[in-house]
Amino acid sequence: MVDVPFGHVGTAPESDVGDVELYHPHSWVTKYVFSQDAKIIAIQYSITALAVGLIALILSWLMRLQLGFPGVFSFIDANAYYQLITMHGMMMVVYVLTALFLGGFGNYLIPLMIGARDMVFPYVNMLSFWTYLLAVLILVASFFAPGGPSGAGWTLYPPQAILSGTPGGQDWGIILMLVSLMVFIIGFTMGGLNYVVTVLQARARGMTLMRMPLTVWGIFTASFMALLAFPALFVGAVMMLFDRALGTSFFMPSIVEMGQVLERSGGSPLLFQHLFWFFGHPEVYIVALPAFGIVSDLISTHARRNIFGYRMMVWALLAIGALSFVVWAHHMYVSGMNPYFGFFFATTTLIIAIPTAIKVYNWILTLWRGDIHLNVPMLFALAFIVTFVNGGLTGLFLGNVVVDVPLSDTMFVVAHFHMVMGVAPILVIFGAIYHWYPKMTGRMLNDALGKLHFWVTFLGSYAIFFPMHYLGLMGVPRRYHEIGDMAFVPASAHTLNAFISVVALIVGAAQLIFVFNLVWSLRSGRPAGGNPWRATTLEWQTPETPPPHGNWGKQMPVVYRWAYDYSVPGAAEDFLPQNQPSAHPAPGTSHG
Amino acid sequence: MGSILIFMGALLAIGMWWLARQGIMTKPWLEQGIAATYVPTRSNPPAVARTGLRVFLAVVGSLFALFISAYAIRMQMPDWRDVPLPNVLWLNTGMLVLSSIALHEAGKSARRGEEEVLKLGLLAAGATALAFLSGQILAWRQLTADGYLLTSNSANAFFYVLTGAHGLHVIGGLVALGRTIARTWRGVPPERLRVSVGLCATYWHFLLFVWLLLLSILTGWAGTFIDICRQALS
Amino acid sequence: MAVALILVLIAAGSVAFHLVSPWWWTPIASNWGYIDSTIIITFWITGAVFVAIVLFTAYCVYRFRHQPGRQAHYEPESKRLEMWLTIVTGVGVAAMLTPGLFVWGQFITVPEDATDIEILGQQWQWSFRLPGPDGQLGLTDTRLVSPDNPLGLSREDPKAQDDVIVEGGELRLPVGKPIKALLRSVDVIHNFYVPEMRAKMDLVPGQVSYIWFTPTRTGTFEILCAELCGVGHSHMRGTVVVQEQSDYQAWLQDQQARSFARLAPAAQ
Repeated sequence: MVDVPFGHVGTAPESDVGDVELYHPHSWVTKYVFSQDAKIIAIQYSITALAVGLIALILSWLMRLQLGFPGVFSFIDANAYYQLITMHGMMMVVYVLTALFLGGFGNYLIPLMIGARDMVFPYVNMLSFWTYLLAVLILVASFFAPGGPSGAGWTLYPPQAILSGTPGGQDWGIILMLVSLMVFIIGFTMGGLNYVVTVLQARARGMTLMRMPLTVWGIFTASFMALLAFPALFVGAVMMLFDRALGTSFFMPSIVEMGQVLERSGGSPLLFQHLFWFFGHPEVYIVALPAFGIVSDLISTHARRNIFGYRMMVWALLAIGALSFVVWAHHMYVSGMNPYFGFFFATTTLIIAIPTAIKVYNWILTLWRGDIHLNVPMLFALAFIVTFVNGGLTGLFLGNVVVDVPLSDTMFVVAHFHMVMGVAPILVIFGAIYHWYPKMTGRMLNDALGKLHFWVTFLGSYAIFFPMHYLGLMGVPRRYHEIGDMAFVPASAHTLNAFISVVALIVGAAQLIFVFNLVWSLRSGRPAGGNPWRATTLEWQTPETPPPHGNWGKQMPVVYRWAYDYSVPGAAEDFLPQNQPSAHPAPGTSHG
Repeated sequence: MGSILIFMGALLAIGMWWLARQGIMTKPWLEQGIAATYVPTRSNPPAVARTGLRVFLAVVGSLFALFISAYAIRMQMPDWRDVPLPNVLWLNTGMLVLSSIALHEAGKSARRGEEEVLKLGLLAAGATALAFLSGQILAWRQLTADGYLLTSNSANAFFYVLTGAHGLHVIGGLVALGRTIARTWRGVPPERLRVSVGLCATYWHFLLFVWLLLLSILTGWAGTFIDICRQALS
Repeated sequence: MAVALILVLIAAGSVAFHLVSPWWWTPIASNWGYIDSTIIITFWITGAVFVAIVLFTAYCVYRFRHQPGRQAHYEPESKRLEMWLTIVTGVGVAAMLTPGLFVWGQFITVPEDATDIEILGQQWQWSFRLPGPDGQLGLTDTRLVSPDNPLGLSREDPKAQDDVIVEGGELRLPVGKPIKALLRSVDVIHNFYVPEMRAKMDLVPGQVSYIWFTPTRTGTFEILCAELCGVGHSHMRGTVVVQEQSDYQAWLQDQQARSFARLAPAAQ
């Protein structure tokens, strides 16, 4: 048992810090380009991911132009359209959301929130970013390759992904896509090892697991899941690359392509789907769990109230993480797999709704009897609750095997996953950036611009995706280059499509406000001070803002309490920082 | 997908055991000061490196468990024709076992500070590992010469992919081992190499285990074993 | 205030949209009314939860907004409340899952008297095969596909001799008879989807999957491909014509005359 005398002001005695071997940058290049400081790497990851996000956003504009106004933009032919959906989907899911939550927020927040000086393997951490950048460049290169990028859909189902009837199938597109994914996975594994081992081994004195903020819990669990799930995509990608480039038959049965019988036999297209979704479903939670964690901290801080049911929140995170590995085949109810699997996967899928629902209840119960400050991060957190609940509930339609039958592969699915893993996590990302930007730069983002950005983004994206469910309910399939004449689709549905497209253009354009705000506030924002939100967690208690390399100066922080001592009865302030020893009267005991 | 689910189940059990020891049931708001459940994290480099390796092995384990799952699904297709395993594989297996033993001994001698034995052990491990890799390449050439080509049947393709993936991991291990050997020659005392040698040994044992598992599957023993278990249960 | 009001409007607006919007499912034309009922149950439960959560959030935002002197209540957890919420959620989930699994059991259990038909997908058209007088479909193999044998029928199999083949045209079905559709593809994955029938299943190359349904009203319905199958995906359409038994028989007779000539062993 470590025994630290009380009364020190939240830091370990200097002798305890020991000999900290930190890498010290010697030049501008090693400080800002090939940096081994997790905070710089975080910013590099974030800027790259946001840039990819902007590209993917523009791709979605083009798709919406085609869907809303079919035939008007002749350059978006079927080839181009399928390339657009494929690249948009893959970029957003893997190269934006995963990279931003784990590479961006993970790198920035883990060391600061657990009171470490840096990640435990800084050199590997640096390699992780540069490998990620390489993966992005390979992916983007496919736009310029002969034949263009792959148009197989982000799910890349064989055999069509590697046949000539699909854009990029017999050209470079699919090869570059698979290679890029493999490079991404290698890069992520290097980063992921850092995130997990840092949480396991580098926590500040006194930082027990149950004192960690939920943000750290979310990112930690998600990183661990990603480390175990990405190999499934890797295995699938290796085997598909062999099928495409070397002529093996892992996934290729006997096939007649354009009247020619191909030299393949016996392969199983469903095998790829199993591998893909064994990665693909945990991936949903790899994006969602960090968002859950971050939103918990945003709500607690801005409602000035401890997160309600902290223990349940942690257990729910872990339960969701574990369960998410046994639900993958709910993406395959109508794939032609053994239909009896449907019973098992529908049950596990609906069970996972219970821990998820508990998290939602605890967020709103945190608001109950709180002291709610409607700052911009809080607005985004509230919007997250609305969109996440909406998207989560439509998940109950699609997870319930027989209900999925008429709805799968329709616009209902598109609306559902955009709401739940597109809009909801991105709202959290925005909220998180408004929340932590002051720590990263020392300046506040502009409030008025933030609110404008918030309302357009939130209401706009709700207006895009809520009505879209009903197109799917009607039976409009997804991934259609043009709906054309369908007897059961009334003319009003085309009007709705045009409306959705116009709103999508507006919401997309509104993101420029955000980009402008980021750049403008860097110089002209209001100075933030060290702890503008009066938050308890360690990252707000650094001696300097923005924190320098090594984060803590000479003395490491010591943790005396959990992360949610807000509005403790009898305390002088409405928050008690985690590294504050009990100089104030003790908080009341639990009421339940 | 049986093998990956068994693997995940094992990880889950380890995770739950570990979390239970970390006070996952405690009420953190009741504890102030240095918490009673606080298990001091040893952030000194050896512990960090060991944890890092363990997590990495979980990732590699997941990779191979998935390959094996894919193998198990694909082999049920009617076009599957088993590959006759070249005899050289048994020699290779022996080499990998020797390599593991040598590294294990090297680890012991590093702890005891015996520099000469350490050097010998490391070199022996490196040499046998190289012999293993050459033997694997020999096996590939033999199969190719006998007409078992990559594209002619998926059983062949799996043989090349599985042994290739395993071989790449051995090569990665050899890079780390090579760096450790270089350090002994630069005169770093054995005591300071204890951690690196220990990590290499853990990684080697793990790769040996994976190889034995792959071998049991490629020979079909694993399949027979599972069938026997199934019959015993029913 | 404005925030709380907008949250209320979102909840109310979503419900209103659901009730008055003209976009709703197509009138059903098969026996899968149970699927629609399950969706309705799910709509009721999830709709109630959505409205309750958004309204509760709106109330909190209004009632507990920051005002000078307000202090938040300190209460780390309430085991009882959390337990009750968990139980209620569990009950709600079970109320959706149980009918769902029950209907799924029916969905995958083909009745004894169902007629086998085959639906074959290829880039980018639908073909169909109906059993001839013997009531059975013959064997096929993708490797036998050739211009004069587009479905890859085995010419050795006597059962294949009388099969009726409809290439790239309409699928005709008698009303009121259960149909078991065997689904097969010769190139990539397709998906047979008729919105009015509610049923949907992938056609996977290298294997045969199936669905069954009973058409319950006559009419012409559109077949869509619902699994991305290459650049022609959105043009892969077909029609299914559900007819009275007598009309169907007349059409079938006419077809059989042609099929015999086409696949006779002599054609080799």
